[in-house]
Amino acid sequence: MSTEHHPEAIHKQVSLYWKIFWALAVGTVLTVAVSFFHGWGVIIAVIVALIIAAVKGSLVAGYFMHLFHEVKWIHGLLLLTAVFFVALIALVMWTVADQQGQAHGIFIVPQKHVEPAAKGGGH
Amino acid sequence: MSAEIVIPYNDTERPDTGLYNAKLGVWLFLASEVMLFGALFSSYILLRVSADRWENGAEILNVPLATLNTMVLIASSVTMVLSWAALKAKNFPRYRLCMGLTFLAGVGFLIIKTLEYGAKFEHGIRPADSTFMAIYFTMTGLHALHVIGGMIVNGYLLGPGAKMWFTEPRRFTNRIEVAGLYWHFVDLVWIFLFPTLYLLPGK
Amino acid sequence: MSAHTHDDHSHAHEPGFVRKYIFSTDHKWIGIQYGFTALVFLFFGFCLVMLMRWQLAYPGVPFPVEFLNKWLGEARMPGGVMAPEFYNQLGAMHGTIMIFLGVVPLAVGAFGNYLVPLQVGAQDMAFPKLNMASYWVYFIGGVVMMVSFFVPGGAAQSGWTSYSPLANITVPGGAELWGRLLTGQSLWLVGMVFLITSSLLGSVNIIVTIVQLRAPGLTWMRLPFLVWAQLVTSFLLLLAFPPLEAAGILQLMDRLAGTSFFLPSGLVVSGKELVASGGGSALLWQHLFWFLAHPEVYVLILPALGIVGEVIANNTRKPLWGYKSLVYSAIFLGFMSFIVWAHHMFLTGMGTTINAFFQTTTMIISVPSIVILTAMILSLWGGSIRFTVPMLFALAFLPMFGIGGLTGLPLGLATSDIHLHDTYYVIGHFHYVVAPGTLFALFAGIYHWFPKVTGRKMNETLGKVHFWVSLLAINGVFLPMFVQGLAGVSRRLYDGGTIYLHAQDVLVLNKVMSHSAWLLGAAQVVFIINFFWTLWAGKKAENDNPWEATTLEWATPTPPPHGNFAQIPAVYRGPYEYSVPGAKRDFTPQHLPQEA
Repeated sequence: MSTEHHPEAIHKQVSLYWKIFWALAVGTVLTVAVSFFHGWGVIIAVIVALIIAAVKGSLVAGYFMHLFHEVKWIHGLLLLTAVFFVALIALVMWTVADQQGQAHGIFIVPQKHVEPAAKGGGH
Repeated sequence: MSAEIVIPYNDTERPDTGLYNAKLGVWLFLASEVMLFGALFSSYILLRVSADRWENGAEILNVPLATLNTMVLIASSVTMVLSWAALKAKNFPRYRLCMGLTFLAGVGFLIIKTLEYGAKFEHGIRPADSTFMAIYFTMTGLHALHVIGGMIVNGYLLGPGAKMWFTEPRRFTNRIEVAGLYWHFVDLVWIFLFPTLYLLPGK
Repeated sequence: MSAHTHDDHSHAHEPGFVRKYIFSTDHKWIGIQYGFTALVFLFFGFCLVMLMRWQLAYPGVPFPVEFLNKWLGEARMPGGVMAPEFYNQLGAMHGTIMIFLGVVPLAVGAFGNYLVPLQVGAQDMAFPKLNMASYWVYFIGGVVMMVSFFVPGGAAQSGWTSYSPLANITVPGGAELWGRLLTGQSLWLVGMVFLITSSLLGSVNIIVTIVQLRAPGLTWMRLPFLVWAQLVTSFLLLLAFPPLEAAGILQLMDRLAGTSFFLPSGLVVSGKELVASGGGSALLWQHLFWFLAHPEVYVLILPALGIVGEVIANNTRKPLWGYKSLVYSAIFLGFMSFIVWAHHMFLTGMGTTINAFFQTTTMIISVPSIVILTAMILSLWGGSIRFTVPMLFALAFLPMFGIGGLTGLPLGLATSDIHLHDTYYVIGHFHYVVAPGTLFALFAGIYHWFPKVTGRKMNETLGKVHFWVSLLAINGVFLPMFVQGLAGVSRRLYDGGTIYLHAQDVLVLNKVMSHSAWLLGAAQVVFIINFFWTLWAGKKAENDNPWEATTLEWATPTPPPHGNFAQIPAVYRGPYEYSVPGAKRDFTPQHLPQEA
């Protein structure tokens, strides 16, 4: 945004930036504090950590990087990137989850089971 | 160069896109960086999910130091955006102060990082020791390289590059905005890296 | 936005030789630098395979060129017979050089850089200095790749795909870090980092140029299809390359720092258990690699489709059929290319569901390619076809690309891929798309734009000889590969299948392919002679627009001066206004105001 601002508008921006700083500081302390709590499982821990990080990240991206006021070209580019980012993670994870020899999967291929050869026998 | 080339929309926005060139350029670059760190996060997830056991970051890594580092980086993001706001308010000395603080914060981050790495090496802990240490050193190392890169740019804009303020103030302000976008991104990556490596429980 | 006039031609600002020719920031000269460097690498990469094909046609027979045997040395060619390790190096480096040092720099770095600013009516790229840096980073990457041939153990030899764990452990380099760095595979990784960086910087430049620097009146739907193709290509490079860069860093860490990102636990190498932390995943490399390498193949074809579109419209004297379908197909193709990659991994033990997913997306992605090919074929209907040399190459491209694309279908279907994966069928498939596909399109482009770049037209007769001999020979090289692949002959076999029972009936094809390859090499000499002879003493083009084309690059003096346009043109119409009813001539350039 290289349009000229009036001094009061810039002053408001500056105080906003400081408010964001304190929010981020609180978020950081929160993240560390929450990590000490071992009551829940790994999955919940990951989700909570992700949510806090996402909120902090949104503040940095939205206010410091002006994304909340950016043009739709940039939003479009980042949306596209986000789609591929998710695909890179999700599809890779899917290949770990869905492997040959497991019973689940939408096309269940009946497996033939071969009895192991007697000990000492050749191939 | 027998004729001067003037590239339009270097400093002013193109009406139908609302962007000046370097802003689009840096966002495109940041999109590629999202994919770069995204690939590393994807690698982290795959390696962790496939592993039978995974280290508890909080037991092995220095959480207090890293928390301090997180605050340092967040503070540097604030001073960075304030340096841009100072230029918009045509306050060059305040720009110098804020950019200087940003640079110093970067130095601070790297010093703390060096302390962290140094402590590991002193205890004979190396990347080769386990997948966890490998991904820790690689991701934080690549991130640190990006911090250094940002500091080189910021240092230039603080020093010799700042001369441009007196000849082309608008163009210079845009450069600070663009450098700021990169710097905020480096902070953003750390915001996700820190809990992932240091705070997630092991298995 | 204001137009800028350039009455100032004072030579007080004339840059020195270094500024003008070595570190130029002019997109045209940078394009020529890319083009020349890429053509040299293409020829070198082809020479590697001409050497390999001796071993495949006459396994165990000493290579008949004695001085070459001596120069290559006993380690590589013991007794004149190719060592298996050297064969592997040639194979891995042939692929790497052709793709990353040859085709992409030519298609994107040369054609993209030269033509995009001209075709959008701009004076240069958005970031001229960045453009210059991109070229030199590419150059350094190329030097690193070439140096890798000369380090202990030779160049990378685990395929251009560098699969782990083989690529991790091949020629480890010993205890010293320096020794581990100076190995073929490690240098391959370092070289790739440079090449990827160059690509990233270049793609940012192209995208910003197209989005921001279009001339007044040049709306999105008036862009030449070549520009759309370059835009989508640049997005592919921008977003797909970084995961390979990440993978490269991880493999470098494995090789240099002893980590085990890609090394599974309990790996035994040559009878000894590997000392490493283990816990890594060889499949992780494949995912990260193919996440790039699949979009990469669309990087290889899209600029070619763009060139073919321009040449066809110009030489049929009518607009391209289905411009909108071409544009939407290119965009859809680019998007889909990110979610098909694991069709390269059908045989890695993935489950049936995920296989079905990737098979489905792969079948879907064939649709836009077919739409584009069909639109181009339909564009010929009712055309007044001029059989110039560029048009001959562009016409041949169509069925060749068709064969390449159609032979991809059994590979994209998981069940048939079980039989065809890693056989010569695959090599035949992708070479059809890249060799008589992309390379023919690039030749069309060179012949077509040569008069704009140099002011001289390449010789028609030599061009026709180049075309016909190449077309014959190239089919002789790659058609038999489908036969061999269906018979079960695996790829990357040092002896071409000699020791396998199932390969015996098709072994004779090795000789057919090798002799065709050498004939193909000879045909390129004709091109090289034509190229240089024309530069020095060729017939001058009759005017600035000898092909009577409509797009903006033909509206400049020849060669276009620094700054391209004395005044930024305004655009009044689409890019293919040929044979407009009622017009005085059979073409109406984009920049001419409405005729009375």
